[in-house]
Amino acid sequence: MAERLPVVLVTGFLGSGKTTLLSRLLARPELGEAAVIVNELGEVAIDHHLLRRVDERTVVLSSGCVCCTLRGDLADELRDLLSRRTRGEIPPFRRVLVETTGLADPAPILNTLLVEPVVQHHFEPGAVVATVDGVNGLGQLDRQPETLKQIVVADRLVVTKADVAARGAVVRLEERLRTLNPAAELLEVSFGEVDPGVLLAPGDRDPRGIELGESDGHGGEIRAFVLFLARPVDWSAFGIWLTMLLQSRGADVLRVKGLLDVGAAGPVLLNGVQHVVHPPEHLDAWPDEDRRTRIVFIVRGIEEAELEESLAAFDAAARLVG
Amino acid sequence: MCSLCGILLRSHWAEEGTGRRERNFRVRLVNQVLAHYGLELGDWGGRTYVLRDRKGKSAVVADLGALWAEAERLAERPLDPLDPALVASLRRG
Repeated sequence: MAERLPVVLVTGFLGSGKTTLLSRLLARPELGEAAVIVNELGEVAIDHHLLRRVDERTVVLSSGCVCCTLRGDLADELRDLLSRRTRGEIPPFRRVLVETTGLADPAPILNTLLVEPVVQHHFEPGAVVATVDGVNGLGQLDRQPETLKQIVVADRLVVTKADVAARGAVVRLEERLRTLNPAAELLEVSFGEVDPGVLLAPGDRDPRGIELGESDGHGGEIRAFVLFLARPVDWSAFGIWLTMLLQSRGADVLRVKGLLDVGAAGPVLLNGVQHVVHPPEHLDAWPDEDRRTRIVFIVRGIEEAELEESLAAFDAAARLVG
Repeated sequence: MCSLCGILLRSHWAEEGTGRRERNFRVRLVNQVLAHYGLELGDWGGRTYVLRDRKGKSAVVADLGALWAEAERLAERPLDPLDPALVASLRRG
């Protein structure tokens, strides 16, 4: 099977700087062969990079990037891009960037990438990048539930307008972001200037390096913690437990991300967003000597002890049955 | 293989790349959980599963992802892995 092309999602609340970020990225040759799907072609400042116009909603830039507007369904758009690439109407591309709307919940988009029959064979979820307004971000976190979802799902959080925001406000915002999603990398950006290699790298940060922020009590019921397991967990028991948990509490399990010791030579890399779980990767070896299982949970209204006791009981049952 | 569209679908993530022995083990382990709700899972030809309750109602389920929603329907109540009664039942074996 041909290698799947990563689809990077660029999400973020209205006015948080997604379009500025994308406009700058499109001008960078390091973006490489990419297809970029945006909400509105006219809003992306690309005129001086334009090489040719394919049709009323698709352009090719001098960097070789294809930029097109999303008409409706993302799965249709991705299938259409593949067809047009095969027919030679557009240049080849090695990755896709998708600008979501400001109100979008990224989880259903990730689900489309993983379950839509044609799409899942040609594409795979790449990093989720969320822009957060350095000036208005704290207020939006309190008022806009969509912003919270985008933040907890992200692999990379880009604090925009860092040049104009008061330093103290940016520091408070970043503390809050670390509390809500300790699994994400934080980047500060002004005028959309960011290294594409850093921004678009796969979102598989080793969860061992994660440090939890101190909750400031403003996260509502949403909180993040790391579950440590002292000994290997049975992989079947874990799969049964997590599928059951996501069926019953999926709306409140906003994020699961970790490295699991399943008693094999290497760990299992796990990454889940609400009901959507990426195919776990069984790695050949551990990245270092530390072989403890660590799973980051970002949850709403669920206690760490409940999860720990429940998972331990499922694991113990596996030992009884086996 | 999806019989309708003829496309090879990915296995469910919790069942990917495992053989018959693991599948049998998984069914036994799921049944430890389902017993708490008066349900039982059986393997059907190594490809799908059949879920049954004690009154004779049954449902075919494709994988672990589809199992729990169907089990909730047959049990007529939510199946919560964090329920202390279930946790205690698993501990007792």
